[in-house]
Amino acid sequence: MNKPLRRVAVFCGLLVLALLARVNYVQFVQADQLQNDPNNRRVAINQYAQPRGDIIVDGKAITGHTETNGNDFKYKRTYTDGPMWAPVTGYASQAYSTSMLEGVEDKFLTGDDDRLFFNRTVDLLTGKDKQGGNVVTTLNAKAQKAAYDGLGDKKGAVVALDPRTGAVLAMASTPSYDPGSFAGNSLTDEKNWQKLQKSNDPDDPTLNRALRQTYPPGSTFKLVTAAAALEDGKSTDIDAKTDSPDPYPLPGTNTTLPNEGNIPCKDATLRNALKYSCNSVFGKLGDEVGLKGMVDEAEKFGFNKQQFIPVRADASNFDTDMTPDHLAQSSIGQFDTAATPLQMAMVVSAIANGGKLMQPYEVDKLVAPNLSTIAQTTPKQMSTPLSPENAQKLQSMMETVVNSGTGTNARIPGVTVGGKTGTAQNGVDNKGLPYAWFVSYAKTDQGSPVAVAVVVEDGAASRDEISGGGLAAPIAKKVMEAVLDK
Amino acid sequence: MSVSNTTTITSVGAPNRRNTELALLVFAVAIPIYAFADAGLAKHGSVPAGLAEYGLGLGLLAGIAHLLVRKFAPYSDPLMLPIATLLNGLGLVLIWRLDQEPTLGAPMAPNQLMWSALGMVLFGLVLAFLKDHRVLQRYTYISMVVALVLLILPIFFPPVYGARIWVRLPGIGSLQPGEFAKIIIAVFFAGYLMVKRDALALASRRFMGLYLPRGRDLGPILVIWALSLLILVFETDLGTSLLFFGLFVIMLYVATERTSWIVFGLLLSSAGAFVVGSTEAHVKVRVQDWLHPLALQNGGVTETAQSMYAFGSGGLFGSGLGQGYSRLIGGIASKSDYILATVGEELGLAGLMAVLLLYALLIERGIRTALAARDPFGKLLAIGLSGGFALQVFVVAGGVTGLIPLTGMTMPFLAQGGSSVIANWALIAILLRISDTARRPAPAPVPSPDAEATQVVRSQ
Repeated sequence: MNKPLRRVAVFCGLLVLALLARVNYVQFVQADQLQNDPNNRRVAINQYAQPRGDIIVDGKAITGHTETNGNDFKYKRTYTDGPMWAPVTGYASQAYSTSMLEGVEDKFLTGDDDRLFFNRTVDLLTGKDKQGGNVVTTLNAKAQKAAYDGLGDKKGAVVALDPRTGAVLAMASTPSYDPGSFAGNSLTDEKNWQKLQKSNDPDDPTLNRALRQTYPPGSTFKLVTAAAALEDGKSTDIDAKTDSPDPYPLPGTNTTLPNEGNIPCKDATLRNALKYSCNSVFGKLGDEVGLKGMVDEAEKFGFNKQQFIPVRADASNFDTDMTPDHLAQSSIGQFDTAATPLQMAMVVSAIANGGKLMQPYEVDKLVAPNLSTIAQTTPKQMSTPLSPENAQKLQSMMETVVNSGTGTNARIPGVTVGGKTGTAQNGVDNKGLPYAWFVSYAKTDQGSPVAVAVVVEDGAASRDEISGGGLAAPIAKKVMEAVLDK
Repeated sequence: MSVSNTTTITSVGAPNRRNTELALLVFAVAIPIYAFADAGLAKHGSVPAGLAEYGLGLGLLAGIAHLLVRKFAPYSDPLMLPIATLLNGLGLVLIWRLDQEPTLGAPMAPNQLMWSALGMVLFGLVLAFLKDHRVLQRYTYISMVVALVLLILPIFFPPVYGARIWVRLPGIGSLQPGEFAKIIIAVFFAGYLMVKRDALALASRRFMGLYLPRGRDLGPILVIWALSLLILVFETDLGTSLLFFGLFVIMLYVATERTSWIVFGLLLSSAGAFVVGSTEAHVKVRVQDWLHPLALQNGGVTETAQSMYAFGSGGLFGSGLGQGYSRLIGGIASKSDYILATVGEELGLAGLMAVLLLYALLIERGIRTALAARDPFGKLLAIGLSGGFALQVFVVAGGVTGLIPLTGMTMPFLAQGGSSVIANWALIAILLRISDTARRPAPAPVPSPDAEATQVVRSQ
């Protein structure tokens, strides 16, 4: 009977071998996938098993943590001035995952990042609990407060950049929400979360308008058109008369592009056209530069591409294929042209920085729990939309706007300020309330330390009152003053 | 296979190896105690209060068992007792560790320790009173009746978690008769096949290279096949039916040395599995779970998915005892059917493979015993018991890790469950008894005085 016995032995060996192969497959080959499966509750448990690292502004943490009892998650996220910082921090919720910096830097904040491997190993050997790293931001608390308070009850967004480096100084979005109100996983958290969803709140407070909402930029886009004309050589002398009819007949159509109000736009110089915000002049200029030139210039400023700061910002849009009449309309920031507030801040900062566009970023450095710096962001040039001379010319034009044009509300005594207003039509046939824009920069003898873009979409104000100069410029002024420490 | 002296067949003059067993037992007791302290430290930051009691209890049980083996089965296999003790001890630690999770219900480790003690008592009784395994041969047909009764009994009790494998005895608790039937039916098969094997092996017709049995000899296999199908249908217990049918085919093959039985068995079982698998709702669900382990059910994560997550999250080295989240599997199943998931998560791939290899070693020792046994009944019984054990390990571990559809059986020794641990200790005792008989040196022939007187030349 021994022959079949040996065969049975081999068969049993094969059974065990199959089991071993299977557990190797599950625990080795599939392990990563199973470990990180979103339905695997361990992912969330691990995120909150130890205090999260903090997000830091001006040396102070704007986040914190509190211990919770009686559920899977040991620690809960807390926020200081949650609504004000929400567009920067996003949220880290036990029940609803993460967003913004909390999401992008999640692994670092929880301490799971590979770059913290050494720290983890040391902690393991010394018996300490795993610790999360800190994320140090570039934001400026005073500027952020100025932006958030300036927006107040209005709906809108502010982005302020340091044109010299691309560092984000302020990023506000209203109406906002308190990320701490749904950081846990209780019924209250669920109720708060539901209340904030767009289906229950048409104002969509969790939307980060500074990065994730594109608006028609309106007249502020004339800066891009002017830059394109200067770079293209279509215009060289900003104080020479142009050959522009008023109103401008859109090429290939019977309609005309009129100007708002009674302003001297016929054959206006480039400087005056910007000062009075002449649609006719810039519409024609856009047509003269042509589709390719306009698209090239807009893309040099960052249009048609998502930006990662490192949080993702939506791509702003400038159509790459259109008829000349649409091109003319697009060149004054209407038609399909759409920009995020971040995008318009990038446009101004490139002009203020002598034509060099710096890559915007909001994380200065990542710091390990033992305070050693793990990663430091070095400012990086993204593109050169303007030559220094043309940047000078455009700055001079923008300063005229603030000194004697539509942007006088942004004047700061003793500081050179350049800006541009915009009042963008909204909706089909201009049915919606227009958006008020203001973009500006301030300049000292050390170059320009701040560029701001403000957009206000205010349903409460009447149509006539909504203008870039009236609603948005004072906010931009407050932010610039905060950065200049005035 | 080489014909070297490493096989246990060379029984003459073999040392009894009892000291080896004792040394291994020390480890088998020390490892669970260390694991227990480790789990306690991880869970509560202190050595668990019951450490001394549990350690002493396990040590005492192992010590008594060893002494019984020394006394009643001195030549038996030295590995089986330590491996069973180690697995039982680890099982106790794992159950205690899961007891620390309030979401998993009442603690079960104290009861499990009691059942283990009872199991070892039965182990001792078997060794002490079963002086020769061939005695069991006398009870062939009684075994058959008892096994049938045990198998059919659960049909009269309400199903638990979709499977009718339990018998509720008021005042005592629930019993899983299938675990005991496993041993008793192996006795029946061994006895029956020993008598009938020549008829089954020789009276056959050749057809397409296969020896086909005569129609009337087909009777028994068809009866067993029908019976296991009935178990499957009425008790919706895939595991048990697979186990019994597999057990029978293995023993039939060993008894007759005819490959045709295996072909026949495979055909019958796959036909049966296909029919039942596509009609029985309970089994269908299991098959679906197996094909899509991570699929959500009503928006929730299934037990199957939770156990897969537990395995995956364990990775190579595991989270360490007491530091995993296998409680997410939920319910009492995490202490019984899914106990391997805790092993996988907390001890990692390394630990799980080690546990599987312990089982492999135990099975291998059982098969060796079958090889070494000198009588056909012993051979058949040993291969029946260890083959059944192997099938059970495969069906449970394969089911939990998603290799095959999940069935409602428990991991021998490791999983929570009184019937299982008691029955498996009895199984080990019988195997030890057979191996003792097999390895015992043959008595020296009595020198014949007649030969002495007439011898001219001394030949020895």
